Amino acid sequence: MPDGTAARLDGDVGLELLRSMWRIRVFEERVGELTRADEVHGLVHLSVGQEAVAVGVCGQLRTEDAVYSGHRAHGHAIAKGAPLGRVLAELMGRDGGLCRGLGGSMHLVDVEHGFLGATGVVGGNVPLALGSALAGRLLGGDQVAVVFFGDGAVQGGVFVESVNLATLWALPVILVCENNGFAEFTPRSAHTNVERVSDVVAPYDIERETVDGNDVVAVRDAFARFLAEARQGSGPMLLECLTHRLRGHYEGDPQRYRQALAADEWQELDPILRLERRGVSDGWLEQDAPARLEQDARDEVEAAVLFARESPFPSPDMTAALVYAT
Amino acid sequence: MARELPYIAAIGEAVHQEMERDDTVLYFGQNLGLTDDDPYVKAFGGDRVRVTPISETAEIGMAVGAAFAGYRPVVQLYMSEFMLVAMDQVVNEAPRFHAMTAGQVKVPLVLQAGYGFTAGWAGQHTGTIYGMFMGIPGLKVVVPSTAADAKGLMTAAIRDDNPVILFHNYLLTLEHGDVPEGEHVVPIGEAVVRREGSDATIVGIGWTVGKALAAAEQLAGEGVGAEVIDARSLAPLDMATILQSVEKTGRLVVVDQATRHASAAAIIAAEVASEGFATLKAPVELVTALDATVPYSEPMEQYLLPDEAKIVAAVQQVLEAAPVAA
Repeated sequence: MPDGTAARLDGDVGLELLRSMWRIRVFEERVGELTRADEVHGLVHLSVGQEAVAVGVCGQLRTEDAVYSGHRAHGHAIAKGAPLGRVLAELMGRDGGLCRGLGGSMHLVDVEHGFLGATGVVGGNVPLALGSALAGRLLGGDQVAVVFFGDGAVQGGVFVESVNLATLWALPVILVCENNGFAEFTPRSAHTNVERVSDVVAPYDIERETVDGNDVVAVRDAFARFLAEARQGSGPMLLECLTHRLRGHYEGDPQRYRQALAADEWQELDPILRLERRGVSDGWLEQDAPARLEQDARDEVEAAVLFARESPFPSPDMTAALVYAT
Repeated sequence: MARELPYIAAIGEAVHQEMERDDTVLYFGQNLGLTDDDPYVKAFGGDRVRVTPISETAEIGMAVGAAFAGYRPVVQLYMSEFMLVAMDQVVNEAPRFHAMTAGQVKVPLVLQAGYGFTAGWAGQHTGTIYGMFMGIPGLKVVVPSTAADAKGLMTAAIRDDNPVILFHNYLLTLEHGDVPEGEHVVPIGEAVVRREGSDATIVGIGWTVGKALAAAEQLAGEGVGAEVIDARSLAPLDMATILQSVEKTGRLVVVDQATRHASAAAIIAAEVASEGFATLKAPVELVTALDATVPYSEPMEQYLLPDEAKIVAAVQQVLEAAPVAA
């Protein structure tokens, strides 16, 4: 079965989706290397394999739409427009980072690009997005709020509290679940008997859909429908994207709890290869274009590495100055 | 012009006046604004005054998200213990964001939380838990002891650009006091000397300030001049005022409705031991609740709590102690 909708994908859109996914893929792989080299020194969670969700969703948003993420946030931040160099500088704890090196991988925030916040405690970000949606409504605009979370967050009480409250107040917030089948190190089956996250919200009678989250066009199309409705002021909606976390929960995770996919299995799942195959067969992507796209991404990421390495570490006098807002 | 108001009404007046003054002030909580003739709903409408489900985590988290967008939510929690179910938002989201984002966001949020209802409310609704929140960088904690301060500190809390917990004491709910009619702001972070004296310093917090003043009155009859300080703000804590008093008296008694270990009283004693040791003429005495869960039975409640007699005895003890320094 072909990926995405039956309708022909616009070639320019397809290329942009590919560029964006490559940017995240190469960035994440490079962060993995820098972590092993101890240039990135903290706890890091990579989103290799899940790029289609970040790209399919964020590519359609405006700067003023607030996006929230969790501990696996690099791809979401990049897809929302955060500059690669500033994201990497943040991971390296440098003053040139998005949060001047004080937030780190799990707390990327880029207010300028409407990336409101990554929180490190699973599920803690969901009610924050409700607040942005409420603020948007009170301000009278058509901006929406989007929150990314994993399937592990769904078993937390705050998830149900938030779905209930968002439904009760009809807040324009789109809940995007990246269901990669693992809550940290544990398979979903060990956490709950409810297989589909979209079924968890069934009693609330909200718009909900489960899509192949490694098919960027399917993610994009489903999200576009929800987004159009949220812009009209309705909500919440839940989009469940079934995806695959290629790497461990964190960098260094020995992953004794699962079998790695065989190379051919991954080739069938890889959201980048899938869109490239489609582009070639649809005729908007030349045979040698994928290698060029990958190289472009590598060049961008290497420039980011240089930027981050040149950035100084933050100064200790920032600490006291930032305890309270003045 | 001042006139008499009950302590709890003074807090309500501050919220009402600030909502009148500033359209960004919102008021959320359980069981509030339920009828059209509710004074807040009548004056400010259902957009700004909202009843919430019993979902503290979502409620507070949503308020934090709205604060990111520039709103100033006041969350009425009634019982401070209800915050305990939302500790991630209170401790690990709201106060962390300003520093983690290097100042990109501010969180002007007020949590109104009643404490210490030792009037038959038993083990889970009587806790004096403000000490738990003193050591959270970025979080402010205020504990008014008078009706005027209740209004002034609530006003300051709403205008503050940081998350502030206002702990109001339930035993003081209907205590009347002179309250200024118009704008009244009590700066956060300033203790106040309630009674001057030169023989010993008694520091009270919230409800225990009245007990300390009564004890000082009794001691005056015995020829002892006790200086009584109302801490008012626990974070930031005004140690300068306390140290200055101890420099004069050389003797310190700290009175706290909370259990002794890890209490605000213990912190104040430690600060004085560290910064004012040379001025002390006797070991510091703490008059706190016993380290036990508050029992239901009335005589048992009384047994557990600090009272005038215990404060008087503690002051007599610091006066009788042999000088510390040779």
